[in-house]
Amino acid sequence: MSEAKDASDSITEEGLPPGDLVPVFPYLVFLEFLAALLISILLLVWALAVNAPLLPEANPGRTENPAKAPWYFVGLQELLVYFDPWIAGVTIPTLIILGLMAIPYLDTSRNAVGRYTFGARRLAIGHFLFGFALWWILIVVGQFLRGPNWHFFWPWREWVVSTGVERDLWSFPWWVGLPVLVGYFLGGALLARRRWPWLYASLGPGRYTAVVLLALTMYALPLKVLLRLVLGVKYVLETPWLNV
Amino acid sequence: MVSSRTEEPAPSRGKAATLRLERWLTAVTASQLYRSVFRHGWADTARNRALEVTSNAFLHLHPVNLPRHAIRIRYTFCLGGLTFFLFLVETVTGVLLMFYYRPVPDYAYIDMKTLEHAVQFGATLRNLHRWGAHLMVVLVMLHMLRVFLTGSYRPPREFNWVLGVNLLVLTLLLSFTGYLLPWDQLAFWAVTVGTNMAAATPFVGAEGPFHGMLGVTARDDVRYLLLGDIQLGGNALLRFYVLHCVGLPLVAAVLMMVHFWRVRKDGGISRPL
Repeated sequence: MSEAKDASDSITEEGLPPGDLVPVFPYLVFLEFLAALLISILLLVWALAVNAPLLPEANPGRTENPAKAPWYFVGLQELLVYFDPWIAGVTIPTLIILGLMAIPYLDTSRNAVGRYTFGARRLAIGHFLFGFALWWILIVVGQFLRGPNWHFFWPWREWVVSTGVERDLWSFPWWVGLPVLVGYFLGGALLARRRWPWLYASLGPGRYTAVVLLALTMYALPLKVLLRLVLGVKYVLETPWLNV
Repeated sequence: MVSSRTEEPAPSRGKAATLRLERWLTAVTASQLYRSVFRHGWADTARNRALEVTSNAFLHLHPVNLPRHAIRIRYTFCLGGLTFFLFLVETVTGVLLMFYYRPVPDYAYIDMKTLEHAVQFGATLRNLHRWGAHLMVVLVMLHMLRVFLTGSYRPPREFNWVLGVNLLVLTLLLSFTGYLLPWDQLAFWAVTVGTNMAAATPFVGAEGPFHGMLGVTARDDVRYLLLGDIQLGGNALLRFYVLHCVGLPLVAAVLMMVHFWRVRKDGGISRPL
């Protein structure tokens, strides 16, 4: 910032733009050029130093073990351990995309725009960072800590292919699971309303419901992971049509 | 510096050279050829600085002036611009790769090997494309984080955020469709894992809940639409190739055009109020 200020001050006799403005040419254009140059160098060095992976030719008859999705989808693949494919592979990504697109229609405040504000938007930023971190943690676990048969391996442990005895899993009966699910969302919504009354007041019932449903769904992911890891719960709700 | 020697009566050799350069520059910039290309003068004036932006097809995306905070590196970290730059890198390297690659199972893998071993800088070209794609995915996510942290999705920029989410999804799809093309074991099984998810889609996936309601089978579900077959093979390779090289980049280019245009129309880069 300081060098831009010095440089722009030196052309005042040429007529600087009014207010706290700087001419795009050359100040921004120069920065863009520099940024493009730096990233080009970085990419070129990387490309010269590290070869992109190329395994043996595709063979439909020989399954890779583990068969991993591209790294940016490995987080979703990791969720397959804890959820059925229609949730991990379809519903969750759909909700993430729709939820992201809904953000500006749920958080319609015009304050605190154009600067890094943590104090004024603690709630919004907290939720967003939680989701962002969750996305990356799942990717790291899936990409680096999963070996053959998607078993968990620390990086320093050797991968061994073992069929291993699956842990016995159990599911809530539906008359427990249904109240638990309904109670989680309803209770969560009511608790949040008590804890942050201004949130409900500023959002109104429609937006508040959407925000709470999306947020609680997000927090349900690590909760289900915990239920599975600690208590060995397979499904919270088991029905003839679908399992959650 | 030559100019510091003020007591010198005759122009020094350095000064004479500077004068010659200036005369030469004046002649060049006054020529018809130069003025037909650049619609602004050479002199460093405020007017020319403005014209350098508005009369340039590539720069006119920018406003003439910007708030001082907007050009701070630590405000945007150049993330959006760099994502676009990587899209351009991917386009250039991708077009070059197309000269050496045939999207047919019989040839695809051999073409990769040929590229690596028989084409001058072939491996580097592929590395640039591959690592550039990964970098672009990371940058687009970080760009979204930056926009969120600065509250820049808030009204009146809602729709541009929506466009941005769509561009994020397109970036992932572009990367995913490209992942299959090397036709190696990594590509084959990664895309098998990914596309199997489509079969789990409720109602329209053959293994998803409620698929019976529409009578969907493995031969007419959404996974079949992606692969052009009941399993990954030549049809899928061709589909992914066409989507990767033509379909998705076209959609992304259009959305990017609107995305950048809306930055300007929605009040310019977000600023502290």
